[in-house]
Amino acid sequence: MADSYSRIIKDGLWENNGVLCQMLGMCPTMAMTTSATNGLGMGLATAFVMATSNLLIAALRGYITQEVRIPVYILIIAAMVTLVDLSLNAYMHELYKVLGLFIPLIVSNCLPLGRAEVYASKEPVLPSFLDGVFMGLGFTASLTVIGACREIVGSGTLFADAHLLLGPVFSFLETRVLPADTGILVVVLPPGGFLATGLLLSLKRILDIRAGKPIRLAGAHSV
Amino acid sequence: MNGRTLYHALVLGAFCLGFGTLLATTDLLTADEIKLRQVEDLQASLGQVIPASIHDNNPVNDAIVMKNEEGKEITIYRATRGGRVTGVAYELLGSGYGGEIRLLLGVDGDGKILGVRATEHRETPGLGDKIDVAKTDWILRFTGLSLGAPPADKWKVKKDGGQFDQFSGATITPRGVVSAIRSGLEFFAAHKTQMLEVH
Repeated sequence: MADSYSRIIKDGLWENNGVLCQMLGMCPTMAMTTSATNGLGMGLATAFVMATSNLLIAALRGYITQEVRIPVYILIIAAMVTLVDLSLNAYMHELYKVLGLFIPLIVSNCLPLGRAEVYASKEPVLPSFLDGVFMGLGFTASLTVIGACREIVGSGTLFADAHLLLGPVFSFLETRVLPADTGILVVVLPPGGFLATGLLLSLKRILDIRAGKPIRLAGAHSV
Repeated sequence: MNGRTLYHALVLGAFCLGFGTLLATTDLLTADEIKLRQVEDLQASLGQVIPASIHDNNPVNDAIVMKNEEGKEITIYRATRGGRVTGVAYELLGSGYGGEIRLLLGVDGDGKILGVRATEHRETPGLGDKIDVAKTDWILRFTGLSLGAPPADKWKVKKDGGQFDQFSGATITPRGVVSAIRSGLEFFAAHKTQMLEVH
């Protein structure tokens, strides 16, 4: 059993990473990665939604019939997103002002729905919960890395405004890498999202090829 | 077949009912907190355009609603001191490069600008977003100005023959902001008596 848990962790974080391998959730991946802090925030909110929705779907999987499963999954995911949205607005308002606009977008992210269909609908509660957690953290890591690259090249900073997201303790993360006004603007604009994501995807492919792994098509599972 | 369809419908209905109840409960629990946060936000932004020294009331609680030329309702928050209205603040809409720009304008009893801030916008990062006080202090230059100073034909960006700097690479954003502020001041001039009237 311990072996399968470490499988879940490895799959979520790297081997079957939501962005880099399954290529799901590309919309927030490109829209929300104008800075490392934004990517981190969006990733953590998505991870929370994935963990809770996977948990609920696995727990209720005996009652969800095949024919209505997709609307039920969307209902559960949307309910979790609204729950996060309302509680952040009420109790973590500073964070909400940064992320608020983007939280409703999690509903349209295919990654939570994908994990519900592929994993949580078939597996017990605990592995499903862990799958949600680590798929979510893998998603968070990808978004943070893409955000960091774009932020450094585009604005010359790293983790700007991190204290708004993580609290004043983390303001040491905020660094200026390049002098002000030297950033390449296009990298922070929408085209930069495509460029950075594409480069990171290629990098992951190169690493996989180096490691001698079989090339898989996006989203496909090895047979 | 019909029996099965009914069963699926019931399953879906039950889930909707269950999660609907959960959401209704959350809404009920958080509604008051969220309302409080909104009032705090409003107070914080009003505090930026109305100096604390000119009022002894809470402008959030002294609001009147007026209609502008297009018939749109505008909420006017009033600062009073010793029962006299010393300043008002209201929201303006400008049109920028990325859509609507929301501004909050504070004006004193003589029509002089106490402060103006961009509260919501979708201008290009690094270009148009310089109107945001968090990025540059460009918007602070309006403080103390009024309709007569500079004269009306100078209430434009330099490119249009006025006196306000545009940003390199972005003219549409400052043009939208300057013209929104000018029409905001004209709105004040037209409705001054009603705004300053003590109720």
